[in-house]
Amino acid sequence: MECRLPFSLVVFCLVILSSTVRSELVISSVEKFVDLHSHIVRVVSFLKVENQGPYDVSEFVLAFPDAQAKNLATMLVIYLEEGKIIYSEFPINSTKPKLKQSNMTFYPVTLPKKLEKGKTAGLDVYVVLTNLLKPLPKEITQAESQLLVYTDNIYYTSPYHIRNQSIVFRLPGRIESYSEYSEMRLVESELRYGPFEEQPPFSYSPVVVHFENNNSFAVASNFVQEIEISHWGNVQVTEQYTIIHGGAHLKNGFSRIDYQANPSMSGASSFRTLVARLPPMSHSVYYRDEIGNISTSHLRGDSQGTQLEMELRFPMFGGWKISFSIGYSLPLHDFLFESDAGNNVLNITFGSSIEEIVVENQIVRVVLPQGSKDISVKSRFTTKKSQELKYSHLDIVGRPVVVLEKDNVVPEHKRYFQVYIYYKFNNIFLLGKAMMLILGIFLLFLICILYMHADLALSKTSSWEEETEGRK
Amino acid sequence: MGATSNASPAPLNSALSSFPSLKALKFTTKQQELLIRVSALALIYVLAFVVRLFSVLRYESMIHEFDPYFNYRTTLFLTKNGFSEFWNWFDSESWYPLGRIIGGTLYPGLMVTAALIHRILHFFSFAVHIREVCVLTAPFFASNTTLVAYFFGKEIWDSGAGLVAAALIAICPGYISRSVAGSYDNEGVAIFALLLTFYLFVKAVNTGSLAWSLASAFGYFYMVSAWGGYVFIINLVPLYVLVLLVTGRYSMRLYVAYNCMYVVGMLLAMQIRFVGFQHVQSGEHMAAMGVFFLLQVFYFLDWVKYILNDIKLFHSFLRITLTCAITVGVLALSIGTASGYISPWTGRFYSLLDPTYAKDHIPIIASVSEHQPTAWSSFMFDFHILLFLFPAGLYFCFKRLSDATIFVVMYGLTSMYFAGVMVRLILVAAPAMCLVSSIAVSATVKNLSSLVRAKSKSPQGSGKPLSGSKAAAKASADQSLPFQKNGAIALLLGALYLLCRYAIHCTWVTSEAYSSPSIVLAARGHGGGRVIFDDYREAYYWLRQNTPPDAKVMSWWDYGYQITAMGNRTVIVDNNTWNNTHIATVGRAMSSYEHEAYEIMLSLDVNYVLVVFGGVTGYSSDDINKFLWMVRIGGGVFPVIKEPDYLVNGEFRVDKGAAPKMLNCLMYKLCYYRFGEMTTEYGKPPGYDRVRGVEIGNKDIKLEYLEEAFTTSNWIVRIYKVKPPKNRW
Repeated sequence: MECRLPFSLVVFCLVILSSTVRSELVISSVEKFVDLHSHIVRVVSFLKVENQGPYDVSEFVLAFPDAQAKNLATMLVIYLEEGKIIYSEFPINSTKPKLKQSNMTFYPVTLPKKLEKGKTAGLDVYVVLTNLLKPLPKEITQAESQLLVYTDNIYYTSPYHIRNQSIVFRLPGRIESYSEYSEMRLVESELRYGPFEEQPPFSYSPVVVHFENNNSFAVASNFVQEIEISHWGNVQVTEQYTIIHGGAHLKNGFSRIDYQANPSMSGASSFRTLVARLPPMSHSVYYRDEIGNISTSHLRGDSQGTQLEMELRFPMFGGWKISFSIGYSLPLHDFLFESDAGNNVLNITFGSSIEEIVVENQIVRVVLPQGSKDISVKSRFTTKKSQELKYSHLDIVGRPVVVLEKDNVVPEHKRYFQVYIYYKFNNIFLLGKAMMLILGIFLLFLICILYMHADLALSKTSSWEEETEGRK
Repeated sequence: MGATSNASPAPLNSALSSFPSLKALKFTTKQQELLIRVSALALIYVLAFVVRLFSVLRYESMIHEFDPYFNYRTTLFLTKNGFSEFWNWFDSESWYPLGRIIGGTLYPGLMVTAALIHRILHFFSFAVHIREVCVLTAPFFASNTTLVAYFFGKEIWDSGAGLVAAALIAICPGYISRSVAGSYDNEGVAIFALLLTFYLFVKAVNTGSLAWSLASAFGYFYMVSAWGGYVFIINLVPLYVLVLLVTGRYSMRLYVAYNCMYVVGMLLAMQIRFVGFQHVQSGEHMAAMGVFFLLQVFYFLDWVKYILNDIKLFHSFLRITLTCAITVGVLALSIGTASGYISPWTGRFYSLLDPTYAKDHIPIIASVSEHQPTAWSSFMFDFHILLFLFPAGLYFCFKRLSDATIFVVMYGLTSMYFAGVMVRLILVAAPAMCLVSSIAVSATVKNLSSLVRAKSKSPQGSGKPLSGSKAAAKASADQSLPFQKNGAIALLLGALYLLCRYAIHCTWVTSEAYSSPSIVLAARGHGGGRVIFDDYREAYYWLRQNTPPDAKVMSWWDYGYQITAMGNRTVIVDNNTWNNTHIATVGRAMSSYEHEAYEIMLSLDVNYVLVVFGGVTGYSSDDINKFLWMVRIGGGVFPVIKEPDYLVNGEFRVDKGAAPKMLNCLMYKLCYYRFGEMTTEYGKPPGYDRVRGVEIGNKDIKLEYLEEAFTTSNWIVRIYKVKPPKNRW
């Protein structure tokens, strides 16, 4: 399989090369850093691109093997010219892969400025990948460490010719085994391959790293965030998680005495706490699950934000599952602004508040106040959008709910992705509920007064009673 | 709520109608009294609710203990799936492999009430969770009970006694013990229904009104739908009627009240599937029917007496009729019993009449701690001064004997007896104690205060002898004037002091003893801080999340309801102990050797075994302490299990001197597996059991057919996985 792959690639790339002008571009140097510290793989590649052709070039194509493209959570490209950042953008999702054939996926990047002939420019590509680390062995006991395997192409996968390249793996700890190449160096926890000179497009040679990684392997299979807006000045956020330990499964059961006696040795791959970074000014924080409150948590607040340290009900071992929900309130004025058109603009950050977690499926439900109109959503990435109604306290027509859904969310989404929701809301509706309550209580008193004044008896005296008493 | 809002507009109205003239704001004495009474009642109503919220403040809004979890689970089902689904629910998650027909084996009153409250709140668009409704149902009904107590007290004595009764019952620990927020159990609603039925019946007897009698029949219906304790009503009321007959207090009012209440109440009660035709078929209900017929005979005789004017003729007629009636009655009863149409008394009923019965014959009833005979200390704990006020109240009742006071005296005396037989029945006695005591307090304070006030006024004015002819007589007699007044003041202060002590005691008991959810345990740490042991929920949640959805869990029956409700897994036995054999099978498995137990577990498809173990934390109500009951119950059905095998010279031990069978039975192994490596207390050898206070006898426990699956952080709950059978080759 691995032998045939390069051949097919070469054939394929020839097809492409013959039909486009991209062949005129040459990558003069690539340095690729693969960060394997957590279960999220972060790859940074520093590219130097040279235009050798006769024309100016406005498009650059990034290529990924399907296995990676499928698990690509987000990508960030920075374009540098003469050392200066000219432009950065996030092509993933905003521009769908246009070309997809055989086992490669291509992401064409439109350069913000045409690369003139003979000129050189820098491209920094930051890619976040999930689900690529596979535990090996698949099942471990409580005492063992978790070992992971990462497979990649030792050469930078690209449709262009590359003159000089190297790849660096940054590892969290001990390395079990790795592919042997002549140009390689292992310094502490950094594994470097290269430099490799003059490689044709789509060069491929597999590299496998087998290493120890005991960092918490938290994967949220399901994450529902509900943001409820109240124009009285409060935002109530509720986050529901179903979290799975996605690492090597536990075998032979869990022994508490081993776990207690030496927590560092035993159960190294498990995690007991999760940390959520809540926005600043969060208050009324709670942490509970279906069967009640979870009393083991710590809350720390500073100007940067509020940190919620959640101790789970039980330590999470490979394959175990837990679900819980957290909730907090925020002041509204930090999130709601007024646009020029008189619209309300709600600015929310997408993503989970828990650090270093992969969300397989995220649903954000933004509950707008009753009576909101002309709702529109603007986000810089594609999500499934829908609208529904929710009935809460004293609602008559229901509150409109904007539902956004997205798969494969990583912490980077939180950092860069904003969602803007525009809607119109008349503040007079705020008084509606208060009036309803007043009216209700007034009615209650009215009924009482009427009842006290009404005479519901059929007859004033019970003649029957007198009769029977008389008979006695 | 109802009474507050009904009564309050009266002073309000009078004030409003004559608003322009400020003079009208001055209330007349009667209006003042009404205002004070209504506001006192409103305060009592709020107090009864608020005092029960300790557990919510201290822990959280959660369901307590064991049975409430079943009630909560069924209520959840009811709100989700509607009433008809609930009524026809076959629950396959409990009593595996038998299952349980929920609709036919429970009293639905509580669940329907909570679901109804939930529905009403949602109708008025208050989006509350059903859990909050369930948690607050008991306090809400406790508040309503205070209102009923007020009206009851008013009916039997006067409104002053009613107020005192409401105040006493609002904080009576005997009642609070079963009605704190979160104790979502039948009793919480049932005591309200019980008192309401009694009140309406007494009202019906006092007025002879068909309407009150019908209302009491509906009260009875609600009681039947809510709690098995309705048997108390259906026996006490006929007894009361009988006493009235014997004491010559028969009246038309009584005839109407009882007949209507019995017939309609019985027909209504038959609509509850769990009760069904018991009213005409079971021995426990026969007294009511007998009295019903007796009443007809009495009425007939009365009528004949009215027609016949000849006394002699009537006497001979009386003799014949009575003989015939008794013969027919006895004959019908004996034939019914012999043919099996009328079922004999159940074990629970027997154990009430004969406290030693359960111990000898039904270990499963005797094993429940709340079925134990009551200790004197718990009477003192639960009633405090009511215990002394009760006889005084009886004295006042006898002094002013009426149909109503006779009822309350009988209610008090019978319920006191039952409270002595079973701890949990203190609850039934609590309202009676409060009512009778309130008469004592009210009458005494009234007498004393009238004494004091009579003196403070001008000597020629006779004061205002409110009640108690004795006090009035004394006041007019003017003997040893200053001494009497001072004495009255001192006594008043004494009464005030006593009542204050009562209030303090009740608050203390509520906060210390009755507000613990017993799912979450709290203890004082070394630094004086509160340490929380949340092991139960940890284990149940682990079961819920990390076992296959169809896994069957075997545990002692105590934890059955909690496992199904919180763990959402199928259990073999649970707290509805309807099948003794099934429980005995589990008891047998727990007390057998591992390989024998494995056979039993395989035959029951058990995947996980759950045990509760307190040896690390010192939590004493664990499975090792309950173990002898497992042996007894198991041995009751399977004679292979013999209690002496687990004892050494009649002593239950777990240390080196323990019986060999004890050291190797499944329960011992599961509780103490790898406990021998654990140091629990400084200066003690490893494997030191902090509950039993000994070093365990078998430290080298090997499990062959089970493996440890999960142990909670304080070792309180331990879960083991049953290994699949080995291949034969």
